[in-house]
Amino acid sequence: MNKIISDIRETARQLLADGKVDVVIGYEKGSLPLKATPCFVHSAQEVDSLIWDETCENNLAAFVAKTPGKKAIVAKGCDSRALVVLLQENQLVRDDLYIIGVSCHGVIDQRKIGAEVGEILEASITDGKISVKGMEGDKEYLFAEVKDATCQTCRYPNPVIEDLHLGELIQVSQDVAAFADVAAMENKSESERQEYFKEQMSKCIRCYACRNACPLCYCQECFVDCNSPRWLTGGVDRAENLLFQAGRVLHLAGRCVDCGACSRACLQGVDIRALNRKMTKDVYEMYNHESGISEEGKPALNVYSANDPEEQFLVKE
Amino acid sequence: MGEIQVETENKKYDPKIAAFLCNWCSYAGADLAGVGRIQYPPTIRTIRVPCSGRINPLYILKAMANGADGVLVSGCHPGDCHYISGNYVARRKFALIKSLLTYVGLEEDRVNFSWVSAAEGGRFAEVVKGVSERVGALGPNKGVFKVDDGGATDE
Repeated sequence: MNKIISDIRETARQLLADGKVDVVIGYEKGSLPLKATPCFVHSAQEVDSLIWDETCENNLAAFVAKTPGKKAIVAKGCDSRALVVLLQENQLVRDDLYIIGVSCHGVIDQRKIGAEVGEILEASITDGKISVKGMEGDKEYLFAEVKDATCQTCRYPNPVIEDLHLGELIQVSQDVAAFADVAAMENKSESERQEYFKEQMSKCIRCYACRNACPLCYCQECFVDCNSPRWLTGGVDRAENLLFQAGRVLHLAGRCVDCGACSRACLQGVDIRALNRKMTKDVYEMYNHESGISEEGKPALNVYSANDPEEQFLVKE
Repeated sequence: MGEIQVETENKKYDPKIAAFLCNWCSYAGADLAGVGRIQYPPTIRTIRVPCSGRINPLYILKAMANGADGVLVSGCHPGDCHYISGNYVARRKFALIKSLLTYVGLEEDRVNFSWVSAAEGGRFAEVVKGVSERVGALGPNKGVFKVDDGGATDE
């Protein structure tokens, strides 16, 4: 057991024993290999279930507003950015929140492993090496090979707000946001992009796992559940799936922290992130705004400037 | 909604365009065009909204889903909003909507945004003319968002 895990457990034990918080939100070992599951620790006796490793892929900020009482949360970089946005939007009370910051090297993309070895039966992680036993064969991976796409371009592995930091800080080399993936897609022709998203959307079964995993999808009534007006029919239709995804992405424009929780939650492997990244890029380039990196300021679409660019969308006369 | 007029020799294809007009400027501009008897193509179906800031991105998507061939959104010129900042806030939203829709492969000319004041009746007619021509050139809604079986909706 590494030092960070024992520190997390010790911190949680202290906080609960002192009565500073009612619950600690963290990760525990899941029932499936390579999959940690969110865990809610209410008493000092239970803290030994807490873990921290490369399988902790959920964004725990999604659970904070739904959990009553004073809470502590184990937060990696993207979780903390989501917490900042939630604080900006008055969804959380800072005084009820104790943030245990941990630096994150990235999480494992299970889909990549699953595609090669079939269903994962057993797995173990030692010293950055992941040995997997799958239905169709065994394989050993280096962590860098199976790092999630989101984590590969991550610029905020260290929490942006925290009350306590455990472990060492991670140095990042990138100074500016890189959007090579979005640019590659933009350079394709209109019909190629249309085909790509048609293919992606025909995979979607509208289970709404992406919405449920998203820390910033907290609407009391989501537009997909709304009966009057009924934005979506009950059926699953490719065009309607795109309406759902585009509607969701537009709701998240200027707020999405690019944690990738939606893509990892998607069991159909829909490239949801392609849409989110496009909005992140536009907001970054047009309004010079990155969501959730400082507590001051507001989400990009809540503010305006008199000389915002408009040439690219106004009708040509 | 949804039936498609087939282009024949003597009957030109007329697109159906959902036009979201702000109450204080563009709707009044459209009214002025009417009062001034300025001719423009009968392609738009006007939907009056209190402010361009009231436009929900879903309005545009839903119009396309229900079979509109194009969408026109028009509000007061920036700086002239009846509610001071409604169109400034809308402007950021519109830029992102347009960009996203183009990104997913919707034809550029399907969804249009413009600013038309209450005094610009002639310009309103010009805008509608231009939008109608471009949407007309694209032909009927090709279904990036159109739901073939819209049967389960309330309409």
